[in-house]
Amino acid sequence: MSEFLSYLINGLSLGSVYAIIALGYTMVYGIAKMLNFAHGDVIMVGAFIIYFCLSKFNLPIIVSLLAGILLCTILGVVVERLAYKPLRSASSLSVLITAIGVSYFLQNSAQILWGSAPKMFPANLIEGSLKVGELSIPYLTLITIAVCLIIVVALQWFINNTKIGSAMRACSEDKDAARLMGINVDTTISITFAIGSGLAAIASLLLCSAYPSVSPTLGSMPGIKAFTAAVFGGIGSIPGAFIGGLLLGIIEILSKAYISTQLSDAIVFSVLIIVLLIKPTGILGKKIKEKV
Amino acid sequence: MLEVKDLKVNYGMIQAVKGINFKVNDGNIVALIGANGAGKTTTMHTISGLLKANEGSIVFDDIDISKISANKIVSNGIIQCPEGRRVFAQQTVEENLKLGAYLRKDSLEEDLNYVFDLFPRLKERRKQLAGTLSGGEQQMLAMGRALMSKPKLLLLDEPSMGLSPLLVKEIFSIIKEINSQGVTVLLVEQNAKMALDIADYAYVIETGKIVLEGTGKELVSSEKVQKAYLGG
Repeated sequence: MSEFLSYLINGLSLGSVYAIIALGYTMVYGIAKMLNFAHGDVIMVGAFIIYFCLSKFNLPIIVSLLAGILLCTILGVVVERLAYKPLRSASSLSVLITAIGVSYFLQNSAQILWGSAPKMFPANLIEGSLKVGELSIPYLTLITIAVCLIIVVALQWFINNTKIGSAMRACSEDKDAARLMGINVDTTISITFAIGSGLAAIASLLLCSAYPSVSPTLGSMPGIKAFTAAVFGGIGSIPGAFIGGLLLGIIEILSKAYISTQLSDAIVFSVLIIVLLIKPTGILGKKIKEKV
Repeated sequence: MLEVKDLKVNYGMIQAVKGINFKVNDGNIVALIGANGAGKTTTMHTISGLLKANEGSIVFDDIDISKISANKIVSNGIIQCPEGRRVFAQQTVEENLKLGAYLRKDSLEEDLNYVFDLFPRLKERRKQLAGTLSGGEQQMLAMGRALMSKPKLLLLDEPSMGLSPLLVKEIFSIIKEINSQGVTVLLVEQNAKMALDIADYAYVIETGKIVLEGTGKELVSSEKVQKAYLGG
C-alpha cells in the first residue's frame, strides 16, 4: 500500500510539471488559436539559463529561477512577434509548420551555443524528505505539487477576475469584437505568450531538479507529453490542463511501476487515444459551436 | 463630425465599397439603408478600423482615422455595436459591459447604472452569462456595452436583425433616447421603414455606391425607396 502511495505521489509530482507546461499550450491555444510546438524548447532554454546561473555564476536558486523566468518571457514574446504575428491571418497549417520550424531553430541554436553533450544539472538543490509512517516523500515532490496548485489557482483567478483576464477571454471568443471594444489583440496575445513562457521556466527548474540532465533536446518529450495533457484535459481550458497533466503523470508513473518501463509512453498515448475517441474535446473541453 | 470621402474598400477579392461619400453631423441620427451585400457592414467595419480603406478618407472631428488601428479609433470616441450583436457569450452581462469600457480608467458605476436604467432587463441578468440571453436581450447588451465607452459616435449595425416587431420598436425608441442624450448615431439597417422614421438624414446604398440621399421624411416618400425597400 505504501509503495502504491509513493508511486501515486511521484505521479502527481511529474504530472504537476506536465500541468505547468500544459498551461502554456492551453492558454496560447485558447487565445491565439494556435499550437505553439516550440513551447517545449522554451523549457529547454529555461533549463540552460537556470543551469548556467546555478553552476557557472553560483547564483542562489531563487535568483536563477527569476533570471530564467525573465529571459524565457522575453524569448516567448520575441518568438511570437517575429514568427507568429506576421501569420495572424494565415492558415493554421502555416502557423503550425512555423512553430515546428521555431522548435528546430531553438534546438539547433542551443546545440551551436552550448554543445550537444548533456550537462549535469546541480542535483540535490532541495534535499530531505517528509516521513509519514512508512512513506518518505521528498520535499522536492511536495514543492512541485504545491507550486503547480498555486499557479493553477492564481492563473484561474487572474483570467476570471482581472481586466486583462477578461480581455483575454474576449479575444479567445471573438477577436474582431474584442477589437471593437478597443482591446489591443496583439498586446493581449503577447501577454499570453509571456505568461506561458514564464511558467515554462518554472517547469524547467522543477523538471531538471528531478531529472538532472540538460541538453538541447530536453524539451521535446516533456513538451509533447504536456501537449498531450492539454488535449487530454480539453485544450483551451486551464482546469483541463491541470487535470490532464496530473492524470498523465500518474498514468505514466503507475504503468512504469506495474506494467513496463519501456511501454509506459505507449500506454500514456493509448489512454489519450481512448479518451479522445470517447470525448473528442477532452475531459473538460467545450463543444465548439458552429457559427451560423 | 464624421465625413467619409470617396471611400473604396475591397472585401476579399471584390470591391464591396466603390467610392462613397457621406456625412454625419453632430447630434444627428443618420441611416445607411440598403439590401444585403450592398456594402453597409463593410463601410461600418472600415470606419471602425477592422478593414482598411483602399482609397479615400474617413475624417472624424478633423482627424483622418482611415489609417489608424481599431483600438485607437475607440479611444477617439467611435464605437460600433456590430451586426449579429457579437456579445461575449462566455462572460457575464456585467463583464461584457465592462469590456465596453475597456479603455476607460475612471469609475464605471454611474454609467453601469445609466445602462441598467435604459435596459432594466440587463440589471436583472447582471451575473448571467451573455450566451444564455435571448436575442433581444443580447441586442440590448451589445448596445449597452457600446455605450459604456461613452462614445461621441455610435455605429449601430442592423440592430433590428432577428427581433420581433415589438422588440424592434422598443430598440428603436431606445436609439432615439440615446441620441437625445447627445450621442450621434450612424445606423445601418435593412429595415428601411424603421430606420427612416427615426433618421434625421439617410443614404441609400446599392452595390457599393450611394444612389440616393435625403432627410428621413424625403426618402420615406420617395418613389424609388417605396418600390425597392418599403414594398409599396
